[in-house]
Order: sequence, then structure tokens, then C-alpha cells
Amino acid sequence: MATTVHEPPRIQDIRDPARVSSGSGNGGWRDLVPEGGDLHRVQEYAPPPSSTAIWVLLAAISMSFAALTSALVVRKGGAVDWRHFTLPSILYWNTLVLLTSSVTLEISRRRVASFMGGLKAALGTSARWLYATLFLGFLFVAGQYFAWRELSARGLYLATNPSSSFFYVFTAAHGLHVLGGLAALVRVIYKLNHFTLRRSTFDATARYWHFMDVLWVYLLLLLWMKL
Amino acid sequence: MAKLFAVTIIVIAILSAIPILRHTWWMAPDISTHGQPIDEQMSETMAEAGISFLASQLLLAYFIWRFSKPKPGEKIKNFPGGAMGLVIAAFLLVGTEVLALGAFGAKAWANIYFTAPAANAMPVQVQAGQFAFYFRYPGPDGSFGPIHPDMVSESNQNFFGIDVDHDPDSKDDIVTAEMAIPVNREIHLLMHSKDVGHAFFVPELRVHQDFVPGLDLSIHFTATKIGRYEIVCTQLCGLGHYNMKAYLSVMSQDDFDKWLKQQAANQ
Amino acid sequence: MHDMSAHAHVAHHAPPTGFIRKYVFSLDHKVIGKQYYGLALVAVLVGMFLSWLMRMHLGWTNFAIPGLHLLSSNGAPGDVMTPEFYLQLMTMHGTIMVFFVLTTAPFAAFGNYFLPIQVGAEDMPFPHFNMMSFWVTFAGFIPLIASFFVSDGPTLGGWTQYAPLSAVGTVGGPGEGTGVVLWAISIALFCVGQLLGALNFITTTLDMRTKGMSLWRMPLTVWGWFITSIMGLTAFAVLMPACVLLILDHVAGTSFFVPSNLVINDQLQPHSGGSTLLWQHLFWFFGHPEVYIAIVPGMGIVSHVLITNLRRPLLSHRVMVYSMGALAVLSYMVYGHHMFVSGMNPVSSIAFSFPTLVITIPSTIIVLIWLGSLYGAKIQINSASLFALGFISMFISGGVSGFFLAQPSIDIMLHATYFVVGHFHMVMGVAAMFGIFAGTYFWFPKMFGRMMNETLGKLHFWLTFVGTYCIFMPFHYLGLAGNIRRYQAFVPDYMQPLIPVHKFITIAALATGAAQLIFVYNLIHSRYWGEPAPENPWHATSLEWSTPSSPPPFDNFGGTLPVVYHDPYQYGIEGSSGDYVMQTSPEKIQTKSDES
Repeated sequence: MATTVHEPPRIQDIRDPARVSSGSGNGGWRDLVPEGGDLHRVQEYAPPPSSTAIWVLLAAISMSFAALTSALVVRKGGAVDWRHFTLPSILYWNTLVLLTSSVTLEISRRRVASFMGGLKAALGTSARWLYATLFLGFLFVAGQYFAWRELSARGLYLATNPSSSFFYVFTAAHGLHVLGGLAALVRVIYKLNHFTLRRSTFDATARYWHFMDVLWVYLLLLLWMKL
Repeated sequence: MAKLFAVTIIVIAILSAIPILRHTWWMAPDISTHGQPIDEQMSETMAEAGISFLASQLLLAYFIWRFSKPKPGEKIKNFPGGAMGLVIAAFLLVGTEVLALGAFGAKAWANIYFTAPAANAMPVQVQAGQFAFYFRYPGPDGSFGPIHPDMVSESNQNFFGIDVDHDPDSKDDIVTAEMAIPVNREIHLLMHSKDVGHAFFVPELRVHQDFVPGLDLSIHFTATKIGRYEIVCTQLCGLGHYNMKAYLSVMSQDDFDKWLKQQAANQ
Repeated sequence: MHDMSAHAHVAHHAPPTGFIRKYVFSLDHKVIGKQYYGLALVAVLVGMFLSWLMRMHLGWTNFAIPGLHLLSSNGAPGDVMTPEFYLQLMTMHGTIMVFFVLTTAPFAAFGNYFLPIQVGAEDMPFPHFNMMSFWVTFAGFIPLIASFFVSDGPTLGGWTQYAPLSAVGTVGGPGEGTGVVLWAISIALFCVGQLLGALNFITTTLDMRTKGMSLWRMPLTVWGWFITSIMGLTAFAVLMPACVLLILDHVAGTSFFVPSNLVINDQLQPHSGGSTLLWQHLFWFFGHPEVYIAIVPGMGIVSHVLITNLRRPLLSHRVMVYSMGALAVLSYMVYGHHMFVSGMNPVSSIAFSFPTLVITIPSTIIVLIWLGSLYGAKIQINSASLFALGFISMFISGGVSGFFLAQPSIDIMLHATYFVVGHFHMVMGVAAMFGIFAGTYFWFPKMFGRMMNETLGKLHFWLTFVGTYCIFMPFHYLGLAGNIRRYQAFVPDYMQPLIPVHKFITIAALATGAAQLIFVYNLIHSRYWGEPAPENPWHATSLEWSTPSSPPPFDNFGGTLPVVYHDPYQYGIEGSSGDYVMQTSPEKIQTKSDES
């Protein structure tokens, strides 16, 4: 690779000059770097990859749940064997727990962000709010398990009825993703304690966790309406 | 080597086209009343596809031939019209072609699927199951007895699960392993799957329809030529899929009546 | 802890040490790319072998293939293939080829290797996820192979696994037992692996480009992989839950896809209320984008290889990118064309046929751009460019048969016939394979520092080009004559005259298959004993050719990230080293309009 810029021999424009593209940059022949070689025109800042990655992940997860939703709609619409049942009431408590965990996570995230931004002197209680989130997350999962127990006590198992099938499939799928989120939170806590935590990592994890909330509220509404 | 490649492309393109032009292997002649638009659609599409195929392969070959041994000093040239020209050509030519095909094809399709069966169409029921077709005629009372899935028994030859003892409509139902229909009479074919997915295809009749387990659907058609044809299953249904077929006999009305009487006697 | 520059986001990991870290659980995208290539190579040889067995049986149904009983004692008593074994081999052939070859090689293998280099990155931003993506995909291959060894054998329901046959369990017949569950697990794992891969591809393309690498300066290969990742993200995310529901129907007694009142072997089945069409909708919503996932990377690779060997950029870079994007978008609207006669509402059939017909427009534009770029070019003939040009021919042939299948009225005659099989083999199977071959011959010098043998490469090309036409063109004639697919033998009277055609195809298939061994030999021989390759053997412009060595060092550029000054395809101009200017070269290109 040349380290000095040298002048190549003058060349004719091989194309018909009347058809020179005027700056639309058709990719064929023109430079985007201007004569002076000034690169500041070209974007230097790129968003942190974790931020893009989380959106990508959330898009995929949304598609999966969309597929399951359409399966539910089709299955319910086409059959005469659908039996409604009331959702276990613990689900509503679980919702509250999950929403609260998002609040605690947000508090922690903002405190850590201020610290990183130099606005605060120390991390202070940021870690404690993280632990609170973790605790509430586990509480949610436990609550879901109790919801399953209540259903099976009522005689509603996976294969009993399509309505119960979908209940278990949806809550299991969501629960598994929540467990993934808990693992991510543990990782954040670990990094925070070892001072290796990047802002982008925490932001991405928080975004994922909040999405689990939104997804859960959507599922609750869906199950409540359809089941 | 480029010239050899170009020639090879041309030879392959022409050799590929020959069996099509000569109809060496072709669809069986149409014996249905609704098949003409389908066959016309097929010819239209074949002509347009054939022209596109030959033109583009020949162009590919010609360009490879012409531009592979550049003379020293020869400059790179742009295709006349540039990319925009080609894009516009694609939109105009291909766009109008496909829209025309789509519109006419929709008519051919609507002709088959968006028309209701005639009031005096003859109902015949066909049941597909691993790995045979069975047919049921309603008999003089004109109605089919209900199917009782729990009574279906291959071993007892009660293919349709009909209860002759308790369902009066079933008493005169005629069940056969071969399908026969009178010529020039509209048939209303009621399709039922006993187990998994199957399909009903008679190439000459221009009829092709999947059975949907759990959903009894129906199609209607009229045969115009007496003869013996084959019904084949085209939806993978298990190990016997290749062997799942039945004969369809199109007969004169008299012959059909005789045949039906004989089948009734064999019940 | 603020990290504002893109480059600090990749952990500057030291070069790996130790065999396991270097070659097995590697974080290096190049090693992962080679691992994917190896997986695809093994898979394609297995898939091809299965196709030989299938073709032998179709040409000579009662022929005893020596040693077949070793593959399955149940399936081949006395070395003669049973009907169910044929279907099992067919299902495995399709599944292995579509997933583990056509999605893996052009996309995961070449994409992993070259995407970061071509955008000027050291590696992908999530190397651990990347490593997991390969091993999860590999883990997906295992259950598929394992299904050969369970008592009931692999599933026989075709790679499409239509319900209720796939969902009712062993009562549906041999091949419907554990094999189905293994298939579904395999595919679910594959989906997860590819999702992890897509994550890396998308973030690398958007966030890891080096200085000066704007989106429009990315080579067409990168665009191909980027667009494919977005499709993969949405398509695989739908197939995975569908597979889970299928497994539940199979083992847990649920009835997502199994309706009531089914009687199999005189027994009423315990399921109720499920929808068989639901499976088809879910499957094909994935299935149609999947075939574009299989071909779009190939289009990118072919464009890239072609441009280098034409010594000029394409007639329009942007139109090519927009057309590939249009294919991706439209691919979601057309899936119902697989279901025209499925029993879905006939109005839906018409609805799906229109976007299916419209999708021919971007496909045509792509072919026309290639053809138009040939005009006035300086075509260089070598193994890579031959396969790239061959791709165009194959894509035309395969694409044209799509005109027929896009119309429901014509589909009445062609659905489930060999016409469909000919169509997808040419447009997806053979064309994508040609893309893989073109990429291999082109990039081998960069990946291994050696040239592949040109004579063998050309021989491989000729035998494959002529051979695949001999195999798959006759499929269309068979289809027009009403030859139904997925039949292990041809029993109906009207199919008897077609059997000699099958014999011809079988001979062509065996011969063409044998020719592929030339390629495998060439790969292995050149890897160790090939001519040492010059730094830039094709006088190409993109970033992979500016790495300090072949193969590139572990961090791709030897410590200093490149700066990009030019568009990706500056060919046909006077540069200091020839008729091209590399993207990283700071030399200025002057055009008449600049002179004033």
C-alpha cells in the first residue's frame, strides 16, 4: 500500500462526457473522496454494535411470537373444540412484578450512566437496584411456575385443549427468554463489580429486559382475549 | 475457450427447445369443458417463456463470444441505453407480459373455482386414504349417509364408515374402487380425506386438487370424451404414495347406468 | 467508559494459541467461515450420494445396489430399496441440501470469511456468538445424521414435512416416528445457529465499516450477505416455533396441526381440531424467503467475480442493490404460490400469483444488468468466471420455468410434477452451486495462499455445466407429461413411456456427480501443493485483496485498519498498477469533468 500519494498519469475520460453522472454516485467511475483528499465528509462515528444487535435480536423474537400468534388465531378460528378458561390470577401479580423490575433496572441504568458520564462521583446504590431487578426477575419466573401449577391442578395440561396448549407454549417461550435476560443481567452485575462494564452493554441488556415487559403485556392481553 | 462456451450455450438452448417445439413429451389432450383456457394459457406462457429463454441465452452466448478477446487498445463500452434503458425495458416488457398472463390466468382459474356447481350436477364422493381412493354414489335417494369415523374399517371393507343399520340414507349408497362418470354430465366431486394429506389429479380432465384432512371440500367438472383415465395421488402420503391411483371411466349415460346397477348389486 | 469509535468495540484479542482455540472453538471469523465451508462440503457429498441412490432406484427400481443394506437393514433387504427407504433418502437429500449446503456455503461460509474483511473490520463484533452460531449449526447436523440410526429410520415426509403425516406419529407408517422429532430438532437448532450468524452479519455491515467505507462503497457480495441476513432473521424466526409446535403434536399429544376424525390403520386418532393448512402457511412463510436466502448471496458472489473478470463495474451498481432488495421484500408476499391447490381459498391463490409474477421483474433486471455489463467488457476466462457466467445461464433457465408455476391455472397441470423439481433444482440448486464454485475458485488464493489448478477447474466446469443441463432440463419435459414427483417407482400406465427418460437422467446424474470429485481433489491437492499465489492474482480492487498476506493475519490487516478512498469496482481506468485502482489506494482518479 502506498504511503505517499502520487499522481497517476492523466487519463481520458473513457465515457462519453455527455453522460457523466452528475453526483448521484452511480458507483461506476467517480470518487466520493474529493480532490483535496479530505475524509471528514465521510462518517466517522458508528453506533455501538450492541445497540444494533439488540434491535436485530428483538426483531427476530418478535417474528417468532408473531408466528405463534397467527397459529393461535388460525387454530382458534377453525375449530369447534376450543374451551375457554379463566387465567390464573397470579399472572396479574407476575405482571406487576415484571413491570417493577423494569423500573428498578431503569433506575440502576441511569445511575450507572451518570457515573460513567462523570456526573456522579461513585456508583453508590446502582448495584443494589440491579440486584433488586434480578430478584424480581426470578420472582416473576417462580410466579409463572405457580401459574402452571394452578392450571394443572384444574386439570388443564399441555394437550388437554388447544387453549391450554397455547397458554403453556406462550408462557414457556416467554419464560425461556426471560431466563436469558436474567443471565444477561448476571453478566452485567459481574462486569459492574469488576469495573469492565461498557455503557453500551448495559443499555442493550436493559433494552432487552424492557422488551420482555412489553412482550409480556402483549401476551397477557392476547391470552386474556383469546383464551 | 470463450467461443466454445458460447457455442455450447447456443447448442444447449436449441436442444432444450426442440422437445418443447415438437411436443415430444406433452400434456395429454384435454377432455374437459374448462380446460381450454388452461391450455391456451399454457401455450401463451410457453411462447413467452420460450422467447425469453432463447433470447437471453443467445444474447449471453453472443456477448461471451464477442467480448472475450479484446483487441489491444480497445476501450470498455457501455451498453446503449445504459442501466436505465434495461430497467425500463424490464418493467415494460416483463411487466406487461406478467400482468397480462396474470389477468388471463385469473379468468381461467375463476372459471373453475368461482363458479358454483350446476343444480343438476351428479354428486360423487371420493375418499382418499393410505393408499387408495374409494368412491361413493348416493344411490336412488340422492343423498349420502353420514360418515362415522369410528366405524371406518378397511378389514371389514367399510371404507366410508357408513352405518347401514341406523342411517336410512346409507342404505342405498354404492361404494366402489373405480370411478365411473357419464360423459357430458357435470360432476360435483365431494372430497374427503380419511387420514393424511392426499390429492386428486387427472391430467386429461385438467383437475388437480389437494384433499385437506378435517375440511371437506368439493370441485366440479364435466368430461367430454369417453375413455379410461387414471387418477393419481400427488400429495406425499407415506410409503404407498407412488402406488395410490384409481381408474376413471367416462362412459355414455346408458353404459354408466348399467355400470351403476351392477355396482349396486355387488354391495 | 464511553466508547464512541467503532473500532474500540471489538475486543482487541491477542492471536489465539493452542490447537483448540485456533482450530476448534475459534473466535476468528475466518476460521469459522472455513468450518462452515467444511460442514457444507461434507453435507453436499452426503446429499449428492443420497441423490445417486435415489436416481439409481428411479431408473432401475428393482436393482440391488451393492452394500445398501449396510445403510439400513430395514430399508434395503437384499440391497433392494424399499418404497419407504426411497422417501427417507429423498427427505434427507432435500433437507441436507437446502439447509446445510445452500444456506451454509454461500452465506455462512463465504460471508463469515469475507464480510468483515470487505468492510475493513478486524472481526465481527460478537465473536463468541459467531463461534456459537457455527457449533449450534453443526449440532443441528447431528440429529439429522442420527436419524439414519434409529429403528424407524429418518422421516419420510419430504423436506416440507406436511402435517398431518408428519404430526401423527408412528401410526402414519415407517419413517414417521423418532425421525420426525430428530428432523424438527435439527431444523430448530439450525434456525438458532443462523439467527446468531445473522446478528453478526447485520451489526458488522452497519457498525464495523472502516473509515471511508460508506454503504455505497461496499462490494456487492456484502450487499448480498446483508440482505440475506435480514431475510434470514425473519424467516428462520418463524420456522423455529413451527418446528416446536410440530414436535409437541408428535410427542405431547397436542393438536396444532392434526384435525379430528382421522382414521389410520382402522384406528380413530386421538387428536382434534388442528389445522393442516396452518403448517403449510407457517412453513412456506419461511420457505419462500429461504430460497432467496439460498440464491441472493450467490448473486452477490457472481456479480463480484464477474466484475473482476470483465474489468469494468456493472452497468449500474445501485440498480443491482435495489433489485436484490426488491427480491427480498417481495419474497414475503409470494409464499402462497406453493399452496395454489392446497385447499386454501381460491381467491388467495389469485392474490399470491400477482406478486409472484411481479417478482420476475427484479429478477429480470438483475439478469439484464449482468448481460448489459458483458457488452463492451474485456471478458477474462478462468474457472471462476466460467462458473459465474454459467450461473447466469442456469438462473435464466431455472427462472423462466417460474413463469409457469406462478400461475394457478397452469399450476393445475404442473403442481407436484417433475416440472417443479426441475425448476427449483436449476434456479436454486445448480445456480447456487455455481455461485459457490465461482467463489471458491476466486477466493481460494486469498484463503490459502495457493492457486487452484486451472486445468482441473475448467474440466470441472465443462462436465458440470453440460451435465447439470442433461440432468435437469429433461425434468421439465417429464413434468409437462404429468410425471408426479416423490414417487419411488412409476406405476400409472401413462408414466410408463417416461421411464427411459429417467434412465438417461440417472446416467447423467452419476456422471456429473463423479465430476464433482475432480473439484474435491482439486481443493485438497491445491490446499497443500498448489502454486503459491501472488498477493492479488485477479488484479482486484476490494479490501480482501489488500490484506498483507494470504491467508490474512488473524486481525485481517496486520494491526492498521485500512482507509477506503474509492468505490468498490474501479476497473477499466488507468491506475498505477494496471487497469484498476484498489479501494485502499490513495491515488486519485481523474475524470474529464474534474479536469476543468
